[in-house]
Amino acid sequence: MTETKGTVTAVNGNMVGVRVSGAVSMNEVAYILVDGKRLKSEVIRIRGETAQVQVFEITKGIKVGDGVEFTGDLLSVELGPGLLGQIYDGLQNPLPEVAAKTGNFLEAGVYLEPLSRERLWAFEPKHKVGDNVERGDCIGVVPEGVFEHRIMLPFGLAGSWTIKSIKGKGSYTIDEVVAVLTDARGAEVPLTMCFKWPVKRAVECYAERLRPSQPMVTKIRLIDTFFPVAKGGTYCIPGPFGAGKTVLQQVTSRHAEVDIVVIAACGERAGEVVETLKEFPLLSDPRTGRSLMERTIIICNTSSMPVAAREASVYTAVTMAEYYRQMGLNVLLLADSTSRWAQAMREMSGRLEEIPGEEAFPAYLESVIASFYERAGIVRLRDGGTGSVTIGGTVSPAGGNFEEPVTQATLKVVGAFHGLSRERSDARKYPAIHPLDSWSKYPGIMDSRAVDYGRSFLARSAEVASMMKVVGEEGTSLDDYLVYQKGEFLDAVYLQQDSFDKVDCSVSPERQKRSYRLVLEVLATEIDAKDKEDARSWFYGLRQKFLDLNGAEWMSHRHAALESEIESLLVGRSKGRDKQAERLIKVLE
Amino acid sequence: MKKVYSRIESITGNVIAVKASDVKYGELAEVSTRFGLSLAEVIRLEDDLVSLQVFAGGRGISTGDEVRFLGNPMRVSFSDDLLGRIFDGAGEPRDKGPALKENLITIGGPSVNPAKRIIPREMIRTGIPMIDLFNTLVKSQKLPIFSVSGEPYNQLLARIAMQAQVDIIILGGMGLKYDDYLFFKEALEEGGAIQKTIMFVHTAADPVVECLMVPDISLAVAERFALKGKNVLVLLTDMTNFADSLKEIAITQEQVPSNRGYPGDLYSQLASRYEKAVDFSDAGSITILAVTTMPGDDVTHPVPDNTGYITEGQFYLRGGRIEPFGSLSRLKQQVNGKTRADHRAIMDGMIKLYSSYKDSLEKKSMGFQMSAWDKKLLKYGSRFEAEMMDLSVNISLEAALDKGWEILAECFDPEETGLRSELIEKYWPVKTAG
Ligand SMILES: Nc1ncnc2c1ncn2[C@@H]1O[C@H](COP(=O)(O)OP(=O)(O)OP(=O)(O)O)[C@@H](O)[C@H]1O
Ligand SMILES: [Mg+2]
Repeated sequence: MTETKGTVTAVNGNMVGVRVSGAVSMNEVAYILVDGKRLKSEVIRIRGETAQVQVFEITKGIKVGDGVEFTGDLLSVELGPGLLGQIYDGLQNPLPEVAAKTGNFLEAGVYLEPLSRERLWAFEPKHKVGDNVERGDCIGVVPEGVFEHRIMLPFGLAGSWTIKSIKGKGSYTIDEVVAVLTDARGAEVPLTMCFKWPVKRAVECYAERLRPSQPMVTKIRLIDTFFPVAKGGTYCIPGPFGAGKTVLQQVTSRHAEVDIVVIAACGERAGEVVETLKEFPLLSDPRTGRSLMERTIIICNTSSMPVAAREASVYTAVTMAEYYRQMGLNVLLLADSTSRWAQAMREMSGRLEEIPGEEAFPAYLESVIASFYERAGIVRLRDGGTGSVTIGGTVSPAGGNFEEPVTQATLKVVGAFHGLSRERSDARKYPAIHPLDSWSKYPGIMDSRAVDYGRSFLARSAEVASMMKVVGEEGTSLDDYLVYQKGEFLDAVYLQQDSFDKVDCSVSPERQKRSYRLVLEVLATEIDAKDKEDARSWFYGLRQKFLDLNGAEWMSHRHAALESEIESLLVGRSKGRDKQAERLIKVLE
Repeated sequence: MKKVYSRIESITGNVIAVKASDVKYGELAEVSTRFGLSLAEVIRLEDDLVSLQVFAGGRGISTGDEVRFLGNPMRVSFSDDLLGRIFDGAGEPRDKGPALKENLITIGGPSVNPAKRIIPREMIRTGIPMIDLFNTLVKSQKLPIFSVSGEPYNQLLARIAMQAQVDIIILGGMGLKYDDYLFFKEALEEGGAIQKTIMFVHTAADPVVECLMVPDISLAVAERFALKGKNVLVLLTDMTNFADSLKEIAITQEQVPSNRGYPGDLYSQLASRYEKAVDFSDAGSITILAVTTMPGDDVTHPVPDNTGYITEGQFYLRGGRIEPFGSLSRLKQQVNGKTRADHRAIMDGMIKLYSSYKDSLEKKSMGFQMSAWDKKLLKYGSRFEAEMMDLSVNISLEAALDKGWEILAECFDPEETGLRSELIEKYWPVKTAG
């Protein structure tokens, strides 16, 4: 707490005006004292003696004249071992602990410790007395699940320091001093295993940022093969309601090949988070054999929770992601939905009576979105290792129309665009990522020429399909019709993927390559068909086999049997093969 | 006893302002006007100026009218005495029964801690194949019916309410036509459900501010019953009227509109109501079935659009049928894996084929030749519409699944359906001779 005191002068929704005596800082945390409760808030504008604060709680019950305390601290999160597996609200309040204390409902003004003060961590020092260290450096480690959690010098601790004392191997709580540092002038700083960091500031304690070039495997064919995401990259999933944004993120959060997943459920349905938090502890991570929850942090500020905390929640999430990146880990942040975050800004901006931009969003919308995604990145740490934060955000455009401010601002900054289409989701073609409109600037898991070959069929097939709408099937040549069928085939057996099937839900890059090769063989083969009817029914038969193949356990007997059945179906109808494709198929082998 | 203020500084639309001290944000006041007493809620505080939204509206209020602050937010009486009763948007009796003043509970309370929720797991059977089979309704779901005005949405609502096995039904009517109000009353009486029903009805003739109270009152009462272990079904009709009331009030307060005049917080406003749907881990549940009429049959209109982003799916009612496209129950996968092994496959497969049927229909309407495949699809489509989509069909889920296989087998060869071979082996009806 600082000396500064204030009194409430105005209340309008979750915006409260405060007359202040003394110094206040922008984005400082203040508490409004109401009926024995302390309501957390953040200073978002200062004019003369009046500060406007946004309150992270329901403001009902506040009176003019109520007291306000100022903390001097910016809105921060606590970083330290024990974050993994937690379920926090947007301000890092641990929700299960809150439930234990207040029951079914989220009472205002209840703020609990984000990390356990009692839990002991087995500390192992990595430096000795006399060593020189600086911010972000690792002085020791504790095991957290399968990870070696680095105990680091607080990111805000400027200057160079010498270790004056350091604890030996042993078990300590996060509040115990494990080392003492001194600087050249003799100042001393005691270090515990946790520290705070202001959420709206990017963590930049690394040697350099690298270009994202390694694929972040999602095990979703359409993404990994056609619209890949890179470790340290950014991508967005815009789509109308019900098109499958959340399901896509849920599937990704389970199967993505990363070390840690931070899920920011931002202004969406509580029920969706519940699914994750009830199921993850029961699911095991195939990479480690441990529960998925041990690699997950959930930040949950759902739509009926206070709007101001929703705005903060994405920053809380990205700060934790950056923290684990400093340990040389690959972190994936999934934010659902960034539009709700943008709307929270819009509500605030409206109450501040700022001049509105398009659709009443604030004029600074673009720059705020850009700087959020900028916090992603793959970095080389000072110890030579690398770590990454990949950010994937869903966008919920009004009316499903991508020509709106949030989608447009996002598209300007991300590296991949997975646009969901209403037509595809209506036709239950999941994941409903539009195969022609979407794009990615990142390299994928396969040779790009092979991918382009498949893509060309999708484009030509779509052309034939739209032509057929005009001239009818009878006005279409058999050759064109075969191209159309090939495109549809690729769509049905490769682009579409059954997220609820225990085999098909997650496809390894190895399996993707193998099955894509088989698809290429089909695309490259000149099919011998009597007429369109014959072609259609042959392709349907083939599709059936391939769907069965997709559901077959990798490398099982059934898998092998189906593969050879498909091969022989193909041989039976082959009039020859495209030479160009032959080479591409070789490459995949 | 609170002080009485007798000088109103300004009156704009439904909002009045008085100079007063020691007033809480969200507190209620009584305004005595020439038409009698009206409640008003504090919606803004600025130094000593208090703005209040008057439930009965600003019309006829005089600057000399008295304002008396009550020291509490909006509340409603809660007890079993509510059952079978009918109230207005301010919680006053609309039937001839006594006003209830005991055990007052605050409306618009805090949201449920997500950590205390459980995964929905129980199907609500309606006997409507388009719901049970294709878009299963689940206990604790929040789901609107999207429809243009003129469609029988209130009839559908009443039918589901009657068929669903719930302990308590709460009807929240907003801008309800008097005839519709009477329809519900009669339908529930006839169905013998009136004794487990509570109605909070704002009719088109009532003041607009009261319309805003209806969802909160209905849901606050529902929540209490749910906490007592009851399974409650809340029917809200029509949420578009609720949103329009929000819009009207925002505009009179000169808020910057975001989209077609609606306030920027429309999403949050709707969400805070719909998110009251819940299945408590250690108590009962709230299921919300709402009606959202779509102005101009446009789902991109801000009200259905924002609603779709909040609810767990929607039923499109068009031409007296629940449309397979666009209709969606997002919770269906929580339950349809446990019903019957073919449920999911039939659900997806039949819809995919219906979508191909629509394509063939389009080709046909453009005068193109119909291929053998098109002809199969046309046959399929018309049977699907008559035997699955028609709202008069009232059969169990299992009967609907069998019907599905029957239709498929009569229209297609097995491999044309895109269904997995294992299922086909198990369920494909053996063709009887002839
Ligand atoms: N990959 C998939 N496989 C099968 N069904 C899916 C898939 N993706 C989405 N669905 C269906 O669509 C429904 C809606 O998906 P989802 O909740 O992901 O939509 P959304 O785009 O997040 O919508 P909103 O913007 O309203 O949150 C799901 O409940 C499910 O029924
Ligand atoms: Mg979603």
